[in-house]
Amino acid sequence: MANITIDEVAKVGVLANLPLSEDEKKLFADQFSTTIDVINQLNEIDTKGIALTSQVNHLENVTRPDVIDKDRILSQEQALSGAKNVHHGFFVVKQILEKDSE
Amino acid sequence: MNKQIHELSVVELIRGLEDRHFSSVEIVKHYLDRINRYNSELNAFLYVNEDAIKQAEKIDKEIANGNKKPLLGIPLAVKDNFLTVGLPTTASSLVLKGYYPQFESTVTKRLLSAGAIILGKTNMDAWAHGSSTETSQYGPTLNPWNLGHLPGGSSGGSAAAVAAQLVPVAIGSETAGSVRQPAAWCGVTGFKPTYGRVSRYGVIAMASSTDSPGPIARNVEDAALVISAIAGADPYDATSSSKEVEKYHQLLKRKNLKGIKIALVKEYLLPTMRTEVKTLIHNAVKHLESLGAKVEEISLLDPKYAIGVYTVVMRSEVSSNLARFDGIRYGNGREMFGDEAKRRIMLGTYTLSAGYYEAYYKKAVAVRTKIVSEFENTFKEYDAYIGAVSPGPALKLGATKNEPMFGEMQDILVEPSSLAGLTGAGVPCGFVDGLPIGLQITGNQFEETKILDIAHLYQQTTEFNKFPEKYQK
Amino acid sequence: MSHISPIIGIEVHVELTTKSKMFCGCPADHFGKSPNTQTCPVCLGLPGTLPVPNQQAIEDTIKIGLALNCEVNENTHFDRKQYFYPDLPKGYQISQYDQPLCKDGFLTLDSGKKIRLLRVHLEEDTGKLTHRVIPSAVEGSLSGKVSLIDFNRSGVPLVEIVSQPDLASTAEAKEYLKKIHAIVRELGVTSADMEKGQMRLEPTVNLDINGHFTPLVELKNINSFNFATQAIDYEIERQLAEFEKTGLEKQGSNKSTRGYDSVKKTTFPQRQKEEAKDYRYFPEPDIPPLVISPTVVEEIRKNLPQLPQAIIGELIALGVKPADAQIVSGDQQAVKVIKTHRDLDQAKLASLIVNKKIDLSADIKPQFARLTQIGETDTAKLAPVIDRVLTENPKIVADYKKGKLTVLGFLIGQVRRTAKDADAKTVSALLVEKLK
Repeated sequence: MANITIDEVAKVGVLANLPLSEDEKKLFADQFSTTIDVINQLNEIDTKGIALTSQVNHLENVTRPDVIDKDRILSQEQALSGAKNVHHGFFVVKQILEKDSE
Repeated sequence: MNKQIHELSVVELIRGLEDRHFSSVEIVKHYLDRINRYNSELNAFLYVNEDAIKQAEKIDKEIANGNKKPLLGIPLAVKDNFLTVGLPTTASSLVLKGYYPQFESTVTKRLLSAGAIILGKTNMDAWAHGSSTETSQYGPTLNPWNLGHLPGGSSGGSAAAVAAQLVPVAIGSETAGSVRQPAAWCGVTGFKPTYGRVSRYGVIAMASSTDSPGPIARNVEDAALVISAIAGADPYDATSSSKEVEKYHQLLKRKNLKGIKIALVKEYLLPTMRTEVKTLIHNAVKHLESLGAKVEEISLLDPKYAIGVYTVVMRSEVSSNLARFDGIRYGNGREMFGDEAKRRIMLGTYTLSAGYYEAYYKKAVAVRTKIVSEFENTFKEYDAYIGAVSPGPALKLGATKNEPMFGEMQDILVEPSSLAGLTGAGVPCGFVDGLPIGLQITGNQFEETKILDIAHLYQQTTEFNKFPEKYQK
Repeated sequence: MSHISPIIGIEVHVELTTKSKMFCGCPADHFGKSPNTQTCPVCLGLPGTLPVPNQQAIEDTIKIGLALNCEVNENTHFDRKQYFYPDLPKGYQISQYDQPLCKDGFLTLDSGKKIRLLRVHLEEDTGKLTHRVIPSAVEGSLSGKVSLIDFNRSGVPLVEIVSQPDLASTAEAKEYLKKIHAIVRELGVTSADMEKGQMRLEPTVNLDINGHFTPLVELKNINSFNFATQAIDYEIERQLAEFEKTGLEKQGSNKSTRGYDSVKKTTFPQRQKEEAKDYRYFPEPDIPPLVISPTVVEEIRKNLPQLPQAIIGELIALGVKPADAQIVSGDQQAVKVIKTHRDLDQAKLASLIVNKKIDLSADIKPQFARLTQIGETDTAKLAPVIDRVLTENPKIVADYKKGKLTVLGFLIGQVRRTAKDADAKTVSALLVEKLK
């Protein structure tokens, strides 16, 4: 039986950039353990020397030529249309770092 | 014509439009009326297109001018994870509440250029996370066969809309079962094309390596018609296939199944499955044999391993694909994610994190290789394999509560095929407790024509393709 | 005196000057454009968007790799590098992790020392942040201390060149950087304009103090060679002082990050988030893998322009002094002039070009002849020598006057024993004149 601690859940929450309440942390710790048990069944299968499959479409070298695609370029107005905070054509967030030396 | 408009298939509607039995405006008004009447109890639609009638008027002029397009004048519904200009797109999540996309998804673009009219956007599990539509942050959709039951998911709104005849056909998307499972629970036809057959551009990503848009329809022929319109290479999707697209709906020609070899997967008749469901599958075997197919029992990897692989791969990709939703450029902040999305993001972050990547992610993608190669061997000998779509009929509302693996358990029988990027049809094969059961007919990659043909013949020669009484009028 | 040696490795980021961005068709030329006017759904990270890689950028990266003596990975792919930052629209950067396009190269310094290169990989640039204070009066926006985000740069192809920690001094670091700069420019894959931020430098520095190693420090946001050397110099002093005070040593591959303040000429710690970095790399599922066949690699190699290092070698083989070869190697026209004038003394020609005595746009031969002819003053210097030789050899002079012209060679030799630099033709002409 896997045992995921609340501390581990809290750490993952920071990595995932998700604000979690204490109740959520506790709930997820319990539920994680259940899920990890299901995943751990995979250890019953011998995969020594087996290739890894991240894609199943058998494609390779799919690229595009270096040309400008005007059809998709958004106007500044379109680009900013979904944002809550904008300023003179920029997206805006609260400052997160002290000013870097520039 | 003595049938009502909502009793007609897409193919019949097209014929009716060509023969001037009715106009596109009449079809659209008819369905908008039905949506008005029934959507408040079913919650299948999240948004209805206010411009639909205007668009139909334009299309009627096109029809009058003799224009021919594959779906000219046909209204349809689109799952809310397809980006649509002018219609809100939220993936049933509060994070995207009020978001109006700046561009059109490839699938809807192709539908529009084929002459279709988007009637509205359908409810789904938020971000497509689930098999119940209960994780929608706009309330669950109910099953038209029994309002106390779930419609399945994640394309539950699309399946319920087709089953209640609020729309003649709808677009859904599968990551693993999200088209076939709700179609099965709602007693309609679902079709999952090969991974890469239909472009993912403009579909809010769930698991990039398995996401496959597909139709939910009244019958196989309609599904084939829609796939013909949306399939094909897309320069904006590097994983889309450039293999030639066929006119699938014109290739449904089989009168029997002579020469067809079908595998019945022993492990897919789960020990926990109800006998009634197993009986329906065995009945399907007999029926396929009576049509001339040779059906043999085979053994594949226990599908519980597919759950393990899928859980890791899907959650890992989900955690990454949902990272862009930070509320800066569009939408709301990450605190607005619902429980299920948070749970999946968290677990996926965990399985990719330092120290666990090898044990979980790498292990899962190694077992994925085994699943893929097992299917490759199977299809050297068989044209298709069959089994139930889902272990049982639609579960009751609230069934997902405290079940962190609910989706995986309901999709256990279709997950292997999704992990391998196969194509498959789900068609009704009988009823248990008055609720429909779906049969999956699954084939190798790019065998759409063969699978549609077999499923079509099965459907044409059986009596399970029904619609709930309540919504007949 | 204790033994102290700096250990320096450098990551160089180079923006490619392709027409379009790395994974979408927006213009890659972002410098000085109005904010957020060169974006599309892909580089803005809108929902449902997918990347399609730029073929030219892949080839350009291979060019850089080959020019730096790298091996090209036959099987390679993109990975997602995941972290949250407002300038990273998708919450991950498409980069390369375990299979970079190019690996295991080297660059040779003038001293002959080889600096090993770990990898050359391809990724996408981020958007640009500007920190501001917005007065609270502004409506519909945040106010106070904010960061403004422009995504015009988001998705521009970026090549990362990572060296091993083989550089042992600031001078070596500077030479390494200048050589990388010259090479990528010569290849024509980037203008590498430092002022536009097209080449950005991240040295990692620590010290070996009698076998004790100080903690690793990565220096960020450096955009000029001089700042890089100043920052490294400062860091060497700082780490030495700190080690003497604390005795702290490095732990594994843990790095701390410091910025460089070019006004104060000091480095300063950059505030880090508390948690350790965990990028959660995994293969990018939206882009099929790349297979770079040896034939493709050879084709690219065949079409590479000649690089500074090779040009220098060739010039030295022609007799040009190494110092001169180094200087003219960056000037394509000068190199061409030297190489095509095989009938002239190419060493002398090179030296004249270096000293800016020759106008490369004018006819070369007359200039060279004029500059190498011995002038009036030289004739004047030679006259007494010739007079002395003729006086000392009366018998030979008599022989010549009798018609034995072959003795002239002996006389020329005698003159040149004293006047070593004198041109044989000139001496001969002067002798003939005197003997008339």
